[in-house]
Amino acid sequence: MKILVVDDFSTMRRIVKNLLGDLGFKNIEEADDGNTALPKLQSGNFDFLVTDWNMPGMTGIDLLKAVRADPNLASLPVLMVTAESKREQIIEAAQAGVNGYVVKPFTAGTLEEKISKIFERVNG
Amino acid sequence: MDKDNKLELARRLVAELEADNEEMASNTLAELTASDSNPGDLFQEVGRLTRELHEAINGFVMDTAMAEMVQVDIPDATERLQYVIETTETAAHQTLTAIEGALPVSERLKSKAEHLNQQWGKFLQREMKVDDFKALSGELSEFLQNTAEDSNELHDKMNEIMMAQGFQDITGQIIKKVIKLVQDVEGRLIHLVKLAGNAHTSKNDEDIRKQKMAEEDGPVVPGVTQSQVVSGQDDVDDLLSSLGF
Repeated sequence: MKILVVDDFSTMRRIVKNLLGDLGFKNIEEADDGNTALPKLQSGNFDFLVTDWNMPGMTGIDLLKAVRADPNLASLPVLMVTAESKREQIIEAAQAGVNGYVVKPFTAGTLEEKISKIFERVNG
Repeated sequence: MDKDNKLELARRLVAELEADNEEMASNTLAELTASDSNPGDLFQEVGRLTRELHEAINGFVMDTAMAEMVQVDIPDATERLQYVIETTETAAHQTLTAIEGALPVSERLKSKAEHLNQQWGKFLQREMKVDDFKALSGELSEFLQNTAEDSNELHDKMNEIMMAQGFQDITGQIIKKVIKLVQDVEGRLIHLVKLAGNAHTSKNDEDIRKQKMAEEDGPVVPGVTQSQVVSGQDDVDDLLSSLGF
């Protein structure tokens, strides 16, 4: 399972990476915004994308839309982990095809629950 | 000019416009409008407004406190906020480094304790040979010694984590200062708007709020965030499930 974690704050990437490591996911790469994430996704055989929303350059919602528009990536499971918590934004993310939405600050338990739910659906 | 003259001019204006004679029409229009209202009044009014605006802007610029704000305080505030980012980032990394160091230690303690517990159980059940017991006894004393060392290490790591939280004091103070500056600037801007006569009514607050609805504004700040936000993960889940998730 190869995972890409996208967040402009290196600390948040570290936290997410550590939490994923705790859940047994060790093959994790990082990117600091959509512009650096998209080429990685297109060339890297990733199985799962965890992204923040508010980032300079390309935002997480634009990254999500770009992923869904790319025939090779369209089915990639995407989890949004973000401090953006307006209803309009959650609806926008849902309409853009997000697989899960976690608001910061979050707990390890919430992250685990959302991830396992996503894979239940993907595999089931 | 009496009513008949005005009517006459007005008819001429219509006729000239219908005949596409723009030059004549514009002359007639000038004749018609110039007669009653004194253009001097208009110029005087524009002059008065200009002078008032000029004085207001001068007062604004000459205000030494304001000048200091623009030249010193605002660049200063930018740096302070930059510093807040750096300080919090350092603290977060310091904390994470300590945790990354402590996790393997606690993992080691746990697995060793589980192993010894199992062996000790065998001993209590009298299922242990003498040689095995000798080995267990050696392992036990080694474990007890290591546990003291490991506990010390864990204690140090936790202290590091605790110390890293010192950033909150610093950043809290800095942010308070920046808030104060923003409030001062706001007060002076309101003063300027009042001086300028408040002639131009600004865009409806509601329109501006609506326009901002879908913009990103990051973490929810109590008392600042106005649009509809969810109150936690449960709300997010409810909203998504109502959308068929």
